[in-house]
Amino acid sequence: MDIIVCMKQIPDLQQIRIKERKPVLENVPLVWGDLDKNAMEEAAKVKEKLGEAKITVVAKGSDKLQQGILEPLAMGADEAVLLTDPAFAGSDSLGTARLLAKAIEKIGAYDLVMLGEGSTDNYSGVVASALAERLGLSEMTYVRELEVEGGKVRAVRNMDESFEVMEADLPALVTVAQEINEPRLPKFMAIRKAGSKPRHEWGPGDLGLSADEVGENANSVEVLSNLAPEQDRKNVILQGNLDEQVSGLVDALTKEGVVGR
Amino acid sequence: MSEILVYSYIDETAFELVSAGKAFAKELGATVSATLLGEGAAAKAGDYFAYGADKVYVSEHPALTDFYVGTYAEALKQVAESGDVEFLLIGSSKRGKELAGRVAQKLNAGAVTDANAVRVKDGNLEVDRYAFGGNTVASQVVTTPKKVISVMSKTFELGPREEKQGEVVNLDLDLEDPPVKVVERRDKAGDEVNLEEAEMLICVGRGVQAKEDLAMIEELAKLLGAEIGCTRTPASDWQWFSEERMVGLSGKKCKPSLYISIGISGQIQHTVGVVDSKIIVAVNKDENAPIFNITDYGIVGDYAVVVPKLNEKLKSMR
Repeated sequence: MDIIVCMKQIPDLQQIRIKERKPVLENVPLVWGDLDKNAMEEAAKVKEKLGEAKITVVAKGSDKLQQGILEPLAMGADEAVLLTDPAFAGSDSLGTARLLAKAIEKIGAYDLVMLGEGSTDNYSGVVASALAERLGLSEMTYVRELEVEGGKVRAVRNMDESFEVMEADLPALVTVAQEINEPRLPKFMAIRKAGSKPRHEWGPGDLGLSADEVGENANSVEVLSNLAPEQDRKNVILQGNLDEQVSGLVDALTKEGVVGR
Repeated sequence: MSEILVYSYIDETAFELVSAGKAFAKELGATVSATLLGEGAAAKAGDYFAYGADKVYVSEHPALTDFYVGTYAEALKQVAESGDVEFLLIGSSKRGKELAGRVAQKLNAGAVTDANAVRVKDGNLEVDRYAFGGNTVASQVVTTPKKVISVMSKTFELGPREEKQGEVVNLDLDLEDPPVKVVERRDKAGDEVNLEEAEMLICVGRGVQAKEDLAMIEELAKLLGAEIGCTRTPASDWQWFSEERMVGLSGKKCKPSLYISIGISGQIQHTVGVVDSKIIVAVNKDENAPIFNITDYGIVGDYAVVVPKLNEKLKSMR
């Protein structure tokens, strides 16, 4: 049983500051998205249950991945493929799906491909579906419970209107919802051992792609601007003792016409 | 003539997109069509015409009985390739998002999901969506010949219904049976609330520490005629509320006249769901909480004393 987990480094969203409506990314640490960790955790659980499986994590990010990759390796991945070439930077969703598909095809053996239901930063949900299409895989998204047994996968999906139980034969692609598990915090020994697990760094050439097939050159979506939304609020903090604050609030809301109509 | 093709698993969203598509079509010199798939599709065609569709593609192919993303994407691809479709507008539900990625790949098209604004620009559709976890809004255009855009529900208002007829195209699709089978559907906990329609909304955050304090907040809600929503923690971690009441990036997007936040720090993952409120009120004991940056009226204080006082005041006004 071969499991592939796809992960992406993102800036720590809590630490992004806005300056003149522009996001300031300098000195913001890179972290794994929470949903990516849920995918990694679920892969580790599947492996534990089956007893025998190989987990390969395919990770996209900067050169800082060399450190970051220890975390999924310590969580249970056996091997890692790093897509850190600067030429890959700025890929859009469909470009990322192309890179992942090429990397997974090069790995060769894959029964189960796992991702988060969206990236934690942009949450566009496009990569997994495009990847499933490229690899010709059955697809189950928004999975909150997963069982893999006897060449079959059974998933409970958290859809808008209901929980939907679906079944398919392997190979398949699964995206996981946040509630599926609580990602483990790897122990010190596991992190130490992770350092000796095999890691490969693949660039465009390794994936059989030319320079204009990767990164911003290959994008099908152009970003015209990316700014913090303008806020036009009154920013009144009500003063005085409790009675005065509450009266002030009710008066203001009455004047605004939203209370006491 | 280029064509704007609408598909949404949820008809209501499709009607909004057809209404909006009609306006875009006028500017772009295009036509608006819609695709109806699955059991009972043909019977809905009249509604789509009433909202402005020029043409409706219909298929009740047995492979479309249950929604499987791969099969629905293949159906949409075949429709998009048969006509002159340049823009594929999809309702951005969970099914719509998975569909957008898969059909985009089939069409070699670029895709943008979760659009919360769409407008015509230089013969293309420019789209706004949140980026960096809601810290920013990215304006984007798709640059491939065919363009896939999934649009969130309520982005556009439903246009008026008109007496209109159009062309019904019965599709002859070449589809295989889905490789993924639906074996069961379980209803979600019966919380029928629709926060997106709420005129008055109170949201509860992590700062509300004791479940028994919900009683005073429910009383406030009753006095104001408000619905109660929440941030992620009270729903996902504490299970005080169903997911239907979670407001924010991964929950509902609301536009009430009055929004009151109680014990909410103001992390962007929540506030993107309420920034379109007309008036924002916050009660939080931390004067530095980021929620106060986006409020109209704030009280720095303990909700456990502020809310009962507010209830008393509102009752005295009756």
